[in-house]
Amino acid sequence: MCSYIVEKAALVGSAKGRKGWMRIDTANVYFDHPYHSTLDHVLAIDFTNEGEGGRDRVAVELSADSARALVERILAALASGDSAHAAPAPTIAVSAAE
Amino acid sequence: MSFYQGLQADVVAFRGHNGDTGEAYYARPTRAGRFPGIVVIHHLPGWDEWIMEVVRKFAHHGFAAISHHLYFREGEGSPDDIGARVRAAGGVADAQVVGDTAGAMAFLRAQSNSNGKIGLIGFCSGGRHCYLAACSLPGVDAAVDCWGGNVIVDNPKELNDKRPVAPIDLTEKMTAPLLGLFGNDDANPTADQVNRTEAVLKKLGKNYEFYRYDGAGHAFFNTSRDAYRPEQALDGWKKVFAFYNRHLAAAAAGIAAE
Repeated sequence: MCSYIVEKAALVGSAKGRKGWMRIDTANVYFDHPYHSTLDHVLAIDFTNEGEGGRDRVAVELSADSARALVERILAALASGDSAHAAPAPTIAVSAAE
Repeated sequence: MSFYQGLQADVVAFRGHNGDTGEAYYARPTRAGRFPGIVVIHHLPGWDEWIMEVVRKFAHHGFAAISHHLYFREGEGSPDDIGARVRAAGGVADAQVVGDTAGAMAFLRAQSNSNGKIGLIGFCSGGRHCYLAACSLPGVDAAVDCWGGNVIVDNPKELNDKRPVAPIDLTEKMTAPLLGLFGNDDANPTADQVNRTEAVLKKLGKNYEFYRYDGAGHAFFNTSRDAYRPEQALDGWKKVFAFYNRHLAAAAAGIAAE
């Protein structure tokens, strides 16, 4: 729809792009015409480091349905991770050899 | 003489807004002659391969065509990365686009192959830019708005420093004949917005032709998208060439649209 609507998310993380790994601080998220996809509209995310000028990016263009499914899977993975990592460490029985 | 004729395409430098030097893609017939010029204004995603195909299509049909890179000030890089940075920064300012478009027109007029006539065409956001330029620049002989969104701005909050005025409010200043092509399934512009744009043109006594296509939405010319509608696009291209041939006195030897 040729909008200029961009949602910005502050991030702490890394992404692997054209020049290898880089730290990222921002995701620019929009729903608009794609550059590469054949779909009319895509949910596009550009992962960048705006603190370093934002010239490099890791880009994805997703269909609306797959983007929604991805959001669900991200939340599910985080929930599972929270659960797994919050659990007390398993105790290992050690028997002393006499 | 062969039915098909040669063309040459190059990346060239042009002087844009504020005298800034940018790059543009320029294609023209190689045969001797004087040709009408067409400025192709690219869409928001950027200066992409489909736009270059459009430029070459015009050259194939007997026009000298140029597409100026509206984002050249972002420097080196692939057009998609540059387009992403421009989008993240809120787009380019209308005044800058108009100034750059004036520069592209001046480039065409300065060529020895120019017949002195200039047409504009723009797609998507470029359609809006085309409408804007046709209302702002002298010397536009014909303008083609292909599904330009936001010509009418229903939400005043969408106006800002970069886009301070809705193009519809400048319509009084439009002197060139206007061709508009629209898909009835488009969400921007909607069929209602197209109707309202036409009502303003009619009220002001402007020279315009609007065509609306059923079964088509946004970007239905774009062969690289699922939105492509061959039947509607073929008819639309015929309309474009007929319009330019009428208003730009295109060379009689130009190849008819197929």
